[in-house]
Amino acid sequence: MTAAVARSTAHSIVDASPRIKAFAGALVILYALITILPLLWIVATAFKSQSDAIAYPPKVIFEPTLEGYVNLFTVRTRQTPDFIAKLPPPETWYDKLVRKHDMVIAGPSKVVPRFVNSLIIGFGSTFLAVFLGTLAAYAFSRFRIPLADDLLFFILSTRMMPPVAVAIPIYLMYRQLNLTDTRLGMILLYTAVNVSLAVWLLKGFIDEIPREYEEAALVDGYTRLQALRKVVLPQAVTGIAATAIFCLIFSWNEYAFAVLLTSGEAQTMPPFIPFIIGEGGQDWPAVAAATTLFVVPIVMFTVLLRKHLLRGITFGAMRK
Amino acid sequence: MDKMTTILQPDHATIAGVSEPAKSRAARRVHGLSDRTIAWLFVAPTIALLLAINIFPLVWMIRLSFTSLNLSMSYLPLRFVGLDNFSDILNDEDIWFRLQTTAQFVICSVALQVVVGFGLALLINRQFRGHSFWTTIILLPMMLSPAVVGNFWTLLLQPQIGPFNYLISLFTGVPPSSFSMTGQVALAPWTIVLVDTWMWAPYVMLICLAGLRSIPDYIYEAAEVDRASAWRQFWSITLPMTVPFLMLAVLFRAIENFKMFDMVNLLTSGGPGSTTELVSITLKRAAFEKWRTGYSSALAIILFVTVFGAANIYVKALNKVKQR
Repeated sequence: MTAAVARSTAHSIVDASPRIKAFAGALVILYALITILPLLWIVATAFKSQSDAIAYPPKVIFEPTLEGYVNLFTVRTRQTPDFIAKLPPPETWYDKLVRKHDMVIAGPSKVVPRFVNSLIIGFGSTFLAVFLGTLAAYAFSRFRIPLADDLLFFILSTRMMPPVAVAIPIYLMYRQLNLTDTRLGMILLYTAVNVSLAVWLLKGFIDEIPREYEEAALVDGYTRLQALRKVVLPQAVTGIAATAIFCLIFSWNEYAFAVLLTSGEAQTMPPFIPFIIGEGGQDWPAVAAATTLFVVPIVMFTVLLRKHLLRGITFGAMRK
Repeated sequence: MDKMTTILQPDHATIAGVSEPAKSRAARRVHGLSDRTIAWLFVAPTIALLLAINIFPLVWMIRLSFTSLNLSMSYLPLRFVGLDNFSDILNDEDIWFRLQTTAQFVICSVALQVVVGFGLALLINRQFRGHSFWTTIILLPMMLSPAVVGNFWTLLLQPQIGPFNYLISLFTGVPPSSFSMTGQVALAPWTIVLVDTWMWAPYVMLICLAGLRSIPDYIYEAAEVDRASAWRQFWSITLPMTVPFLMLAVLFRAIENFKMFDMVNLLTSGGPGSTTELVSITLKRAAFEKWRTGYSSALAIILFVTVFGAANIYVKALNKVKQR
């Protein structure tokens, strides 16, 4: 947006009076603060003790503790005070923290394997989707493909389907192929969902690269593939990176397929987080800790992607 | 899927290679693959993957929708029942209620998101100091996992311990434990609308902002010269020129909310009773709890057709916006 030009030619809508600007700003900031409040509450809950987390009235000021994080990463068993008194002194700070509640650590929780699953499935499907998507997008951008419009529509429409409906036949198919609850199965499924976004987004990015560069390279004796690798790809790097982040975010956040098609081995974080339970129901500090750890990368990516966000959510139709 | 678009093809519709001298093309064919082979090789894996993961299962599901398959009794022989599943669904009052619930959710949440999102976009478009930082903050919810959002809102909305009820009681004096946003028949449908709006109003905002920024300044300048009031400028310039963008946002949100499963499943899991049971949740129960595969395949196909029609319109709208 040419803000400088807008400012020099004062008119009411684009360049408002300072008073209107201040008013608009105040309203937006108010909305932003209300919007961010739930997230801040969760981040804070992660540092509360179990009793502070369920206190009435809700506590804004509390003594921060790492119990939530310790509970997230461990499985604990309750013991009698006598038993705990007889134990050798705690070796670590987290042993000490747990013993305060008459518990001892029995072992690690499942959160690390679930996190690893999220990472493997996320990166695996992103890599495949971006790889396939780049090739297809290049072909759609540069070559005349019969029925290109119909194919592009077909590719996009596969993403529009209700996940629960898609999961029914996938469940049956994966059962036959022994892919239920496997990382490979989830990677393939997420790749199929992501590849549609990747093709549409990357086609937009590649369309923007002037084809004269490639044509010059072809005249110089490069083959098509060399021209793609040495001329087009280097210029599409930003677009490819942005696309990859969008794919990664989808796989990271996906819940419906994950909950219907995985149960243990390949379970990712979203179906896992709601079932972090302590004694008597959800262990809110631990749930909040998991949510915080899960959301932090997304917040970072959102800031990184800010410039491409519009493009990503409209499948590349809108740029700025 | 009639002729989808004429605009899909990029503006520069010249085909690389055609304009080049025939000599270099021939030379290329000697070192490398022909363009046609490359085009085919590049597109094929994507199409193959989608055929394997989307189309093949879909065709299989169509077949199953004519059967009485029930996975909890899969020892029974597969029996073809013709269109029975479809007529069962269409004559089932419950399904119509679920569709009605879904429609109410879609209409209310999308309407609210349009109001909030468009309003925010108008405000942000005033370009006050720091607008870009605050816009990023506002955008955060839509990037989060709907399931995780649904889950942590259950904490925020707890009648006793949650901050939401507490804040409401601070402002209104209603005792915080006297109402439950997720547990009361009268409130639960509004709760899912509220959380969905919290999450997705930024989406509408971002698209509207693009619409507002696409309006060239000189139009407003001309209106100023004609002494059109700000109100008049809004109704005759801003709104009509943003409508295509708004339509796109509405259509996309409507499709997404029609399929909504994750957030609501974790926030209310369809309850209390079935007041927030969206059709996706019904489908999940039929397919993965009652294991009525034949029946749920038929329901899935009905939903598919609906979404497919909407997607068709969506892609047309996308291309219309792209044209500008």
